[in-house]
Amino acid sequence: MTQKNRLQGGQIDRATSWKFHFDGKQYEGHPGDTLASALLANNVRLMGRSFKYHRPRGPLTAGSEEPNAIVQLRGGARQEPNTRATTAELFNGLMAKSQNRFPSLAFDAMAINDRFSNFLTAGFYYKTFMWPAAFWEKIYEPIIRKAAGLGALSMKEDPDVYDKGFRHCDLLIIGAGPSGLMAALTAGRAGSDVILADEDFRMGGRLNAETFGVDNMTGADWAAQTVAELRTMPNVRLMPRTTVIGAFDHGIYGAVERVSDHIHTPDAGKPRQILWRIYAGKTILAAGSTERPIAFENNDRPGIMLAASLRAYANRWAATPAQRIAVFTNNDDGHRTAADLQAKGVKIAAVVDTRADAPRSDNFEVLQGAQVVDTKGRLGLTFAEVKLADGTMRTLECGALGVSGGWNPNVHLTCHQRGRPAWNEDLAAFGPGADLPPGMSVAGAANGDMSTHGALSSGIKAARAALGLKGKAPKAPEAEDTPVTQTPFWYVEGCSRAWLDQQNDVTVKDVKLSHQEGFRSVEHLKRYTTLGMATDQGKTSNMGGLAIMAELAGKSIPEVGTTIFRPPYTPTAIGTLAGRMRGQEFHPTRLTPSHFWAKERGAVFVEVGNWLRAQWFPLPQETHWRESVDREVSQTRASVGVCDCTTLGKIDVQGVDAATFLNKIYCNGFAKLAVGKVRYGLMLREDGIAMDDGTAARLAEDHFVVTTTTANAGRVYQHMEFVRQCLMPDLDVQLISTTEAWAQYAVAGPNSRALLQKIVDPDTDMSNEGFPFMACANITVCGGLRARLFRISFSGELAYEIAVPARYGDALMRRLMSEGEEFNVVPYGTEALGVMRIEKGHAAGNELNGTTTANNLGMGRMVSKAKDSIGSKLSERPGLNETDALKLVGVRPVNDSDKITAGGHMMNANGEMNAATDQGYVTSAAYSPSLGCMVGLAFVKDGSERMGERMRLTSPVTDLTVDVEVVSAHFVDPEGGRQRA
Amino acid sequence: MSKLFRLISWTQKGDANVHNLTPITALGADTPRIDTVAGVTCTEVSDLALASVAVRLGHEHAAAKSLKSLLNAEAPDVGKALLAQPYSAVWVGPDQWMVGADTASHELLADEVKTALGATASVTEQTDAWCCFDLMGDGIGGVMELLCNVNFRAMQSGDAARTSIHHLGCFVVCGDPHGFVRILGPRASAGSLHHAIVAAMHSAL
Amino acid sequence: MIINHPLLGPRDSAEFVYLGDASLMERPDPETASAEDWHAYAYLRDNPAGPHRELWWHEGGDRSWLVVTRNTVTHEITKVEMARDVARKLGSKA
Repeated sequence: MTQKNRLQGGQIDRATSWKFHFDGKQYEGHPGDTLASALLANNVRLMGRSFKYHRPRGPLTAGSEEPNAIVQLRGGARQEPNTRATTAELFNGLMAKSQNRFPSLAFDAMAINDRFSNFLTAGFYYKTFMWPAAFWEKIYEPIIRKAAGLGALSMKEDPDVYDKGFRHCDLLIIGAGPSGLMAALTAGRAGSDVILADEDFRMGGRLNAETFGVDNMTGADWAAQTVAELRTMPNVRLMPRTTVIGAFDHGIYGAVERVSDHIHTPDAGKPRQILWRIYAGKTILAAGSTERPIAFENNDRPGIMLAASLRAYANRWAATPAQRIAVFTNNDDGHRTAADLQAKGVKIAAVVDTRADAPRSDNFEVLQGAQVVDTKGRLGLTFAEVKLADGTMRTLECGALGVSGGWNPNVHLTCHQRGRPAWNEDLAAFGPGADLPPGMSVAGAANGDMSTHGALSSGIKAARAALGLKGKAPKAPEAEDTPVTQTPFWYVEGCSRAWLDQQNDVTVKDVKLSHQEGFRSVEHLKRYTTLGMATDQGKTSNMGGLAIMAELAGKSIPEVGTTIFRPPYTPTAIGTLAGRMRGQEFHPTRLTPSHFWAKERGAVFVEVGNWLRAQWFPLPQETHWRESVDREVSQTRASVGVCDCTTLGKIDVQGVDAATFLNKIYCNGFAKLAVGKVRYGLMLREDGIAMDDGTAARLAEDHFVVTTTTANAGRVYQHMEFVRQCLMPDLDVQLISTTEAWAQYAVAGPNSRALLQKIVDPDTDMSNEGFPFMACANITVCGGLRARLFRISFSGELAYEIAVPARYGDALMRRLMSEGEEFNVVPYGTEALGVMRIEKGHAAGNELNGTTTANNLGMGRMVSKAKDSIGSKLSERPGLNETDALKLVGVRPVNDSDKITAGGHMMNANGEMNAATDQGYVTSAAYSPSLGCMVGLAFVKDGSERMGERMRLTSPVTDLTVDVEVVSAHFVDPEGGRQRA
Repeated sequence: MSKLFRLISWTQKGDANVHNLTPITALGADTPRIDTVAGVTCTEVSDLALASVAVRLGHEHAAAKSLKSLLNAEAPDVGKALLAQPYSAVWVGPDQWMVGADTASHELLADEVKTALGATASVTEQTDAWCCFDLMGDGIGGVMELLCNVNFRAMQSGDAARTSIHHLGCFVVCGDPHGFVRILGPRASAGSLHHAIVAAMHSAL
Repeated sequence: MIINHPLLGPRDSAEFVYLGDASLMERPDPETASAEDWHAYAYLRDNPAGPHRELWWHEGGDRSWLVVTRNTVTHEITKVEMARDVARKLGSKA
């Protein structure tokens, strides 16, 4: 029998044996085991090294509050550091490693820190690594990180997927112990929609860990029977392996379901974990309580654990850390541990009880009024030194020591909305306060109802109250109902290296030092000593620290107060919070109607917001992107090019007052725009800064189609709805986005008309007179397909935009290409689009950058004085209209080979170059194949009056200064003849 | 110039499908995509014509009357959908609906609806603004709870909600709480939406 | 948070876009307002610790603007109105 410390009984499946590895050594365990229980059964007590002093440590608890038994699970890309062995469910083939030791757990070179512990007290880092400051990043921090690190990340991408989900219920019950199960049963039988969530894989809570019965059966059997009944109810959803990690506003709870943590590899397509957002009408917190330790010298050796955890290992998992144990307690609960383990054949060295009047036992020795004052054992407990009531010392030989200092209700979730716990004098512990999150009530041990019967009754009561159930309350099942009172006993007098926070290595001495050095408020104590700041959030340590601080300050514990509990209740993997939002799935992708065609053409794509747009279309012989872009520009300007501009926002504006509405949102006038015409429009924010620009096409008296820039489509729509609903509620205007409904292509270049004439049905007069610059119409193409045609130009060429229902976009693009062959048609991407608009001097996002006004953009006169529009009043402010205000101009290098850098600053031709002499900045720059040099758009002080001036363009980033000339922003066809041809 | 401009009404065309352009589905294929996981199918719907209706100010009664006669039923109330032939409808906002029909027989649905409602409402073609997936089979509830925050368990046939799926604004219309839900999402993101739905099917089923 | 939409009932605040102080609805009268009025409208906001009337847009829902009265300390929401109704009561000033 390899499992030397496996006892009889327990809720494990002995018929099945599973193999697992810890630090390379193979062991056996059973279904139902945790990693910790299986290791204990195999006589392994040493499971980790402590954070700071590298002291040998074993499990302190049997649950999620565990500070010590922190291990690394699995390997390869699935390597998972900082996992609690006490909650890690065993599976066949589990590989686990201890952490924070070098080279091995039994011999850890860093344990030398323990010898120098006097130097590593509270505030050590603050005091030591102050000087010299420059040493911090290069020397101190890397060393500290290496020494103090916990587990290691795999540094590989997590191969598993994580889901997010949403559930709604009338009643959420958190915790499936006696009170939670009873509440679920009560609510479930009443027909309400219930979710019962528990972090454990086996529901039942303490019932699974105790020997006392419920209704003439064992607690564990009663729990199993109750769970079975709940499972038959369609209105009750059981969520085992699910930790409710946070209580958020208005009944929203976050919960992590560990779907596949208990198996070797998740099944195909199945998530590792799911982050649930649970919308609960009402919530019952039945989270139970956590046993608290007593601090004494060297209380952290492997084998020393909480008494009820020792009992849980024996009763539920049939495991014990040793065959001879002792108990150190200040209350009756500790005696149960001795009785239960003795019943399983474990020898009891003695029960050390701090109370002089502690109850005696016929079966084991009780040392009344005694205290454990020190322990021995290098890698695990061997002896406990006991100071008896008469002052004499006695050494107990034992391989495990159960410690019980009473119980603390698990009130964490009651505090997630800044609620404060209330001191319960009978329990000498904090219980739930009065300011619970709305909709929450607390039941069972979490509410201070410590007996089994008390917990069961409170579950019934809480469910009935939460749901407003009327009628006679059902009777709670028969169960023990021992009154529980707890008298505080926090630490053994005179101890110093007695651990309070075992995970962060904070001792009683550290708390005293903190007080001595003036860090006396709980928040300061926490940060100075790091008490409670480890991944266990001080579940077993905070109270001890508070108690000592209170004593030193001469205050009561409630006067000292507590720090604030915050989500998550237990450590939560970042991957779980990210869910599916990783890599390509970080955000949804929007594809243009010509996407599949462009992909066939080998287009290079660029992300523009969520859109994927063709950036350029390389030909096989082209090796540099500039070759492709220059060709696309030149060919468009020489003949004809086609670009997918579907991504521009399109908003349908209809209604009798549509024109009045547009007059308000655009700074220029729209009321007089004729039907069948398009006009450029500039939208201002109310503070006079340009927000967006685009066009509005009037398709009918009461019907416009407004376009926005790609980036601002959503924001402009929101703004328009704001104006419609909040500022002008009595106008007859209706808005709807049609961005995706239409595939819209720019067809530009001198041959654009000729090409479109082959597509557009003959009843549309495409002549310059029949369809002039800035005309628009509903037309048909390709023998009857409805389409919209706009004669607008971003490139400065004779150009159109043609739109058809999106599903025909692919076919239309292919048709334009085939019909355009005779014109040497070229598809162009966003780079060529950008080059051509810079060549033409059209402002885009770089110029409408949230700091510029119509005046800056050279469109000051567009702001109509004849009407009020959003932003018109504040754009008149003197500060925005000074004579040296920035004006949009073009810049070109004096030497054609010089580079224009976007972001570079404009400086006078002579004199110093600094912030005070700054004359403006370049917003956009590109190589212009039309001019044969780089060109740029710039905002220059009083720029419109400085045409022809020589200036310097300097870029501290590239450390380049070149001579440039200020020119008109319209590099190509400044008279605009081409677009009107 | 304006006298040269002629507004062509598409409804004047006798047959809307005489043109020679071939449509593709939102997922970019010739035929709709079907995925099956453990008995649940996700079917791309490519033959759904849509038109939005927004009642004009002061015409609430007249529009409701005309809409009723078009739909052969009261326009659906807040959070509801009318599941019927030849016209279906979903409430999308105050005095706003989305009307649906088969594209084969209603390619010019927006014109039909506009003709029915006249000056009482603004009508906009929305057919290609949306992609559509039908989720059918036992267990769709488990798929839905991974996709969106709609309380699908509480939905009845004819309930509808606008919600967010994978950051996409979508309509969820319940056909049968035990086995049929229709999801409408933005067409340009059809691939992302489809991926999210199928991933949720593999996860939940 | 949950916002109890007047038409749609309780909806997760994640579906909404937050804009800010509901005083943004009280745009000065362009005929009569002084420069100070415009300055106050564009730039000055109260920042109360307590009940606050604020604008939320139901982007992921019916596209209605709502005026939500929310306690900025507790997040308690005491009133939710359709902004268009509120605007009509204010009278069309724009």
